Amino acid sequence: MSTENGTCLPESDTGLNFEETKLTLGLPGESRGVVVKTGIKRGYLETVDLNLGRSVDLDGGDRKACDVNPENRVSGGAKPPATEAQVIGWPPVRGYRKNAMKSCRYVKVAVDGAPYLRKVDLEMYNSYQQLLASLEDMFSCFTIRNYLSERKIVDNVNGVEYVPTYEDKDGDWMLVGDVPWKMFVESCKRLRLMKSSEAIELAPRTPPNCSSTS
Amino acid sequence: MLKKMSYSFPEDVLEHVFSFVTTHKDRNAISLVCKSWYEVERWCRRRVFVGNCYAVSPVMVTRRFPEVRSVELKGKPHFADFNLVPEGWGAYVYPWIEIMSTSYPWLEEIRLKRMVVSDESLELISKSFKNFKVLVLSSCEGFSTVGLAAIAANCRNLRELDLRESEVDDLSGHWLSHFPDTYSSLVSLNISCLGSEVSFSALERLVGRCPNLRTLRLNRAVPLDRLASLLRRAPQLVEFGTGAYSAELRLDVLSTLDGAFSSCKELKSLSGFWDMVPAYLPAIYSVCSGLTSLNLSYATIQSPDLIKLVGRCLNLQSLWVLDYIEDSGLEAIAASCKDLQELRVFPSDPFGVEPNVSLTDQGLVSVSEGCPRLHSVLYFCRQMSNAALVAVARNRPNMTRFRLCIIEPRTPDYLTLEPLDVGFGAIVEHCKELRRLSLSGLLTDRVFEYIGTYAKKLEMLSVAFAGNTDLGLHHVMSGCESLRKLEIRDCPFGDKAILANAAKLETMRSLWMSSCSVSFEACKLLGQKMPRLNVEVIDESGPPDSRPQDCPVEKLYIYRTVAGPRFDTPTFVWT
Repeated sequence: MSTENGTCLPESDTGLNFEETKLTLGLPGESRGVVVKTGIKRGYLETVDLNLGRSVDLDGGDRKACDVNPENRVSGGAKPPATEAQVIGWPPVRGYRKNAMKSCRYVKVAVDGAPYLRKVDLEMYNSYQQLLASLEDMFSCFTIRNYLSERKIVDNVNGVEYVPTYEDKDGDWMLVGDVPWKMFVESCKRLRLMKSSEAIELAPRTPPNCSSTS
Repeated sequence: MLKKMSYSFPEDVLEHVFSFVTTHKDRNAISLVCKSWYEVERWCRRRVFVGNCYAVSPVMVTRRFPEVRSVELKGKPHFADFNLVPEGWGAYVYPWIEIMSTSYPWLEEIRLKRMVVSDESLELISKSFKNFKVLVLSSCEGFSTVGLAAIAANCRNLRELDLRESEVDDLSGHWLSHFPDTYSSLVSLNISCLGSEVSFSALERLVGRCPNLRTLRLNRAVPLDRLASLLRRAPQLVEFGTGAYSAELRLDVLSTLDGAFSSCKELKSLSGFWDMVPAYLPAIYSVCSGLTSLNLSYATIQSPDLIKLVGRCLNLQSLWVLDYIEDSGLEAIAASCKDLQELRVFPSDPFGVEPNVSLTDQGLVSVSEGCPRLHSVLYFCRQMSNAALVAVARNRPNMTRFRLCIIEPRTPDYLTLEPLDVGFGAIVEHCKELRRLSLSGLLTDRVFEYIGTYAKKLEMLSVAFAGNTDLGLHHVMSGCESLRKLEIRDCPFGDKAILANAAKLETMRSLWMSSCSVSFEACKLLGQKMPRLNVEVIDESGPPDSRPQDCPVEKLYIYRTVAGPRFDTPTFVWT
């Protein structure tokens, strides 16, 4: 799978340039810092041309040699690396263990009318906003509109409205956004951007303590 | 004539006596007794252990020990596990294999840890040693399934292939099919680190034709509904690792799996269990009472289910589990697993800011109270108190390995807000057999004073975000008589302690210091003064002497060596 548009690299809303993620662990009287080295961080920057669904071990678990291109920013929506790489190698959890805990949250994303599916790793996001922003990048013809506090995705070209829905663990199709984010991540099996016209048949909004989680 | 006879045994008698002396330490000791013992010993040494592949050269080893059958090598320092050692640093095994391919044609066993193993190395192994039996690659990297195919195809006498925790370039699962149909001597297979599916029918046939198979650790890609047919083909298994232990509940699958597990009367160890679903837990209940080792560290089931499971494992000696076990689960373990010797509790959400589980210092105290044989602990948690540590120390003076990781650096005692010096001090004071210790939390120089005073048998110490001054490091280096490995990160230790204890470094395997305050000048000085140490400055941001004098080096790795400076240093290592 390739990105539709290689030049489309929206600014990260988390500000991923290195100066900002540079952390200083200050002891009293010391100004020495733990600098997040470009050489180690490159795993994140390398996702430039990649499908956002690719797994990226943010604190340098990926070990190949890198070319860091500082102009490239990964699109918004992904978890800011600072939360994962506050300090390199801390807590001391081995890479394969981190990956083992991570890689079970890939879900397919289908868009009504599109011939192919994409895959996203829900673990990469912290909120619905980030997820939808990422979907917006992936299917770059869409923008998200907040419409009456519902999140709608609109195709810029033909004005068709899409509603983000998901299939949960019980096999039911739900509207994205009702339950707390973490609960959603646990229960979401796949995503579908459904045409608004079809979404009318979906169940009405379920209350927050719905049964979609185990 | 009489005098001579009373002083020397015939060589074959000595050799026979030496054959009962097996540990490396003891073999090294007897070789120092006198020249003739040195000679006899070196000719009959069959196993060699090299703790640091750069401490000695392969030529030196093969020259001294011409008849070796088993080699064990370790490469990168431990902190490489946490990405602190840059890619390309070293620890290549190929030069060793090259030399051994001509010097040790009868080599049977190679065990490597944290080394870079290329496909060429694996191919060379597979072609050079006709009687090759055991290959263990622990936390290694640099090879792909192409190399594995060569091993499978050419090693007719292979018994063990164990890839534990290695990073393999997993191109496809076809390599397994390279075991010839006539091959049937497999005893142990561990492919748990591999990502892609191996050919299931090839695996089934392999398992079916190897009657001596006792260890089988599958990878995540093997689905749950395939387990039963494998187990049925190998009811003699002693150690088994599942693949992903997750599927929609189907009673027929559950019942088949239960039956298959029940037929394995020898099972002592279980592992795997990625993505575990509680629905299939009952399938393993029948083997629980026989289990001595259980690795649930990938099993994302919650405390109540975990309790149901471990409550049946009354003979458990080793348990690895996620912090989903919670304090309540650890209490249950303390009540039922009286034989427990080793406990590792891993964090389910290491980067989360808020605790996601109710696992605290109390859980640790419970097991220390209830499990009299517990001596090896690895514990990730978010809060700790001096009181808890003192309790653990008093309960378990038999502790030999104690690694505590309080997730947030510099976290104080949550009850008193004081440093945890006293708590760790109690550990080293009461646990006189302590060989390995990892510190965390808020710690001052005082904890190092305790360690230097009491930890006389300590061999390995890991320190992070601790201490105030060089005095801390000095306490450790001057007081810990048995210290072999010291690894330090993000501590305010500078030049003074290292330079003052330079001689100590020759008695140790290695010292690692990163994000500390050691200057390049001190490193150069040390390197000059101590020719039998390799002093490596690892700095990816450029030559260290291009920066101001007092700018500390990024990373420092010092190790003793008789091989001199190494020839394969990358550009970011300065020696």
